[in-house]
Parts: sequence; structure tokens; C-alpha cells
Amino acid sequence: MQAMTPDLSQALIAEIEQGLPLCERPYAEIGRRIGCSEEEVIAAIQRLQCEGDIKRFGVVVRHRKLGYRANGMVVWNIPDERVAELGRCMGRFPFVTLCYRRPRRLPHWPYNLFTMVHGRDREAVAEKTRHLAESCGLRDADYRILFSGRCFKQRGARYLGRALEEPTGDCSRAR
Amino acid sequence: MSDTGYSVLEKRLLNEVQHGFPLSTRPFAELAERFDSDEQTVLNAYRRLQDEGVVSRIGPVFRPNRIGVSTLAAMAVPPQDLERVAACISARPEVNHNYERLHEFNLWFVVTARDTQELQAALQAIEQECGYPLMDLPMLEDYYIDLGFEIHWGDD
Repeated sequence: MQAMTPDLSQALIAEIEQGLPLCERPYAEIGRRIGCSEEEVIAAIQRLQCEGDIKRFGVVVRHRKLGYRANGMVVWNIPDERVAELGRCMGRFPFVTLCYRRPRRLPHWPYNLFTMVHGRDREAVAEKTRHLAESCGLRDADYRILFSGRCFKQRGARYLGRALEEPTGDCSRAR
Repeated sequence: MSDTGYSVLEKRLLNEVQHGFPLSTRPFAELAERFDSDEQTVLNAYRRLQDEGVVSRIGPVFRPNRIGVSTLAAMAVPPQDLERVAACISARPEVNHNYERLHEFNLWFVVTARDTQELQAALQAIEQECGYPLMDLPMLEDYYIDLGFEIHWGDD
């Protein structure tokens, strides 16, 4: 099957980044909205996965609603020559959900590695972070845990989508 | 909280389909077969979980900076002005996450756009409209292989 045109591909991404419609044939429904077939929608998503644009395709949960009330953005000041090695080490732990290298902004901001750690409460996050530091040989590392306070906004990224509209998650609510 | 009100089916629908959601004509029927249920029961369970806000969506998590571009930004806002500034930032369509964090830099948000130019324009607009300079911390390298998040229903 041929790759979609760029316009169609953008329309597809704008649809799926809002979440699949919850109906029997969600890919057919998306195809109907953007003007292509169910097979083309499925093939295009497969291609995005194969090419690595999509990291994962599945259920996205909200941690807070499941009792993981605390999250800590742990920021580490790691020597530049070791950051890739340590990033890969940290990225393997199941309670770590993001692990990025970012630039320092001196003098205010010396931290260059960011990990997100989730837990039921702050003590659990702190304990997991200690475990992470020790497991990666970073007992004396310069790190800070920035605990979450109020959540002002949380939704999926919309790169192309109809960002000003409410999501239209459901194509048939009736049972 | 752990076991409050989630059926065995719901737990499996939450935990076991965070990646590899079926790309087939009837994906919910395929899940129903896997979990020994039926299509309508699975669909209704997801509708309920989404209505309750436990499920944000079923869909893709894009690799950063492949489809569009994004950055993490931080602001140091006086506590008495935080509420106003947070609302100002959340109102921007380019912003998807916006959190208070307990640090001198107390407001952290993610900004996404189609391309670098749009992103920079959004960052400038945020600074001007919301009244404080921001620290732009774009991702340089991603070390995390996202397989979802395993929910432990018992103790942690």
C-alpha cells in the first residue's frame, strides 16, 4: 500500500492524537472522518510505529486518578561525558516514566538529566529516587526532587490537532 | 485505594494494553477474546474509565520532536501571582502539561507546536502575556523506552 499524502497523514495524526473513538470499528470511523479507508488508517499507524514516530500505541492512564498522587521530577547534575550512560541506566527502571537529557542554564540551572518518578506519596518517590541513585552508582550525586504541587493542566500533546476544540472521544455513547 | 472498585477485567484493560493496542478491524473484540469477555463489555468498560478520567485516551505516544516539536519550560513566579500566571499559561492551546512544582522555579509546562518557528513564537507570546521570563529546556536526548506504566494494585 502506498504511503499517505502529507495532508492525509497530518489529518490522521490530528485524529489519533486525541484518542481513538470508542466504537466497534474505530479505524473505520477515523477513515470516514478524514476520507480514506479503514485499511489505509491501520497501515498508516503501523508505518508511524515502524518508523519510530510512535513510541507506543495503547491506553494512556492518568496516574493521579489511580492513587499515584505524587510525582517527582528528579533533576541530576551529571558530568556531560557520563550523561548518556547514566540516562540509559535510569531509563530501565519501571517506576521511571521519562528520562531526558536537557541543557543546563547556568548560573540558575545546573541540571542536565531529568527523570520522572511516580509514587503513592512523596516518601515513596524519595525512596525510589534513593534506590535509583544507588543502583546507578550515584550515591553522592547532585540531584534535586521537584515534587508536584497543583496540576493546572494535563492532556495529551496536540501537535497538529484541533487544539481549541474539546476532544471528541466517543463516536457512540449509547450502549 | 488500590483495589477500590476495579474489576479484574478493568485492571487488565488498564495494565495490559498500554502498548500494542490491536491494529485490526475490531480491536475491542480482539481484546475481549484475549480477556475472555465480549466486545460491548470491553467498550463500555473503556467508556466508563475514560469518563472517570482514569484513562486519558487510547492512542499514540509520539516520540518527542518527530511529528512536531516540543519543549519543557519553567518559570519562577511569586506565590501570590501563581494562580493567575498558571491560568494564563493553561489557556494557551500549545500547552499540554502545566504543573506547580516545589522549587524556586515553581511552574513547569510543556509547549508543543508544528515547527521550531511556531514554538519560539508561542514561548515569546507566553512571556509577554503572562508577565515573567521563562527558562526553555528542550530535550536533547531521550533515554527512555516507553512501555507504559505498570499499575500495582496491592501495596506499592
